[in-house]
Amino acid sequence: MCLAVPAQLVEKHGQCGVVDLHGNRLPINTVMTPDALPGDWLLIHAGFSIEQLDPQQATETWSLIHDLRDADVQSAQLEPPSRPAADGSKQ
Amino acid sequence: MKSIAADKQNLDALMARLGTAARRASRRLAFMEVCGTHTTSAFRCGLQSVLPENVRLISGPGCPVCVTSQADIDELIGLASKQAVVLCTYGDMLRVPGRSGSLEKIRSQGGRIEVVYSSLDAVALAQREPAHQVVFAAVGFETTAPSTAAAVYQARESGVKNFSVLASHKRIIPAMRALLADRENFKVDGFLCPGHVSVVIGSNAYLPIVRDYSVSCVIGGFEPTLLLSALTCLCELAVENKAALVNQYPQAVTPEGNRHAQSLLMGAFEPADARWRGMGAIPESGYNLRTEFAKYDARIRFGLITPEEREPKGCLCGQVISGKVEPPTCSLFGRACTPVNPIGPCMVSSEGTCAAWFKYKGRLSPYSETPLQETAV
Repeated sequence: MCLAVPAQLVEKHGQCGVVDLHGNRLPINTVMTPDALPGDWLLIHAGFSIEQLDPQQATETWSLIHDLRDADVQSAQLEPPSRPAADGSKQ
Repeated sequence: MKSIAADKQNLDALMARLGTAARRASRRLAFMEVCGTHTTSAFRCGLQSVLPENVRLISGPGCPVCVTSQADIDELIGLASKQAVVLCTYGDMLRVPGRSGSLEKIRSQGGRIEVVYSSLDAVALAQREPAHQVVFAAVGFETTAPSTAAAVYQARESGVKNFSVLASHKRIIPAMRALLADRENFKVDGFLCPGHVSVVIGSNAYLPIVRDYSVSCVIGGFEPTLLLSALTCLCELAVENKAALVNQYPQAVTPEGNRHAQSLLMGAFEPADARWRGMGAIPESGYNLRTEFAKYDARIRFGLITPEEREPKGCLCGQVISGKVEPPTCSLFGRACTPVNPIGPCMVSSEGTCAAWFKYKGRLSPYSETPLQETAV
């Protein structure tokens, strides 16, 4: 329930906005981020923007999600990291 | 732009740092996360499986659905059963079992239960259907509570009279204090603090916890690198016997938090005692609507009488939430209680510890050789 995702504001009329979420357009309320303007990246939770985000960080997060989605398909080829034991040896 | 390869390099470097810190520790280290999204993120990326043997990440009272007391759930289901009431809720609450069924069951029997995306959808529904009483089931921590406040303001500004909220919102800091009050039995070396709650309350909100209980609070994000980074930071602080507040999610969290959200929240609500599953009543750990908004309080509007707190027989959700036991300790886990047929809320919510454990760690208990019931998920 505390999940929040970054999305880009594409329209704003008063407190009502529309964000782009990976191609999906969702209506949001911007009462908690009144300074947000179209083009800004916002953190969206339950239909409200709860914070403005640094654009670079937001796009990096999306990039990583894209990569993870692609990697999920090829997960069999990924080698899991080894687990270090308390004495420093590898298991 | 960051690639997954670059992220893997960061992960490897963090794993090396974590391993070094763990080796320096002369004892077992335990850290508690208090955020449902941290619970699922950690399980999804397999964090627990790569931690050093003497480092443990425990799930605490961070899932909003799970911490809602059984009495509050029963109160909600009782209200939803009334004719002429349209109950609006976030999807997570639909399948939580109460003493007399769940919201999903009431809906299957013809009750009006609407799953909403936003609290404002409930206000809009009330405007469209003035002949019905529309009640918004308001659960969640400080991340979600401001949006309920916004709905109450919207109802007042629009003159909507058939809208009310049944509020069971929670505040995380009083819950952390309640856990720490039993320091003898609560052996945790630091908190992994919730990223999105902290967006609203700000990192400085944890300073009194660090000061009063000499325990570290590290705010973390949700990607594998950010989670591991926060955990490594906690581990290094513990090894150095330091108690500090560290914000490892500065991309979204500021020291003072979101002041617009805070003023919205505190304009409509005031801190009040609240009931928590498995933790009892905790002073000032919830919110009540302020007197000027009392007409939007469903408890007042419908004259609700709080039912007796009675948790499902044999269910250990209360102990799971407070980090005292892990899901497989519960005799119901994976047998009578599964995601298909949940008995406790921790198995219902996607952010619940039992649901995450069941989904990502399998149905075989690490504490028992007994194969658990085969149930489709």
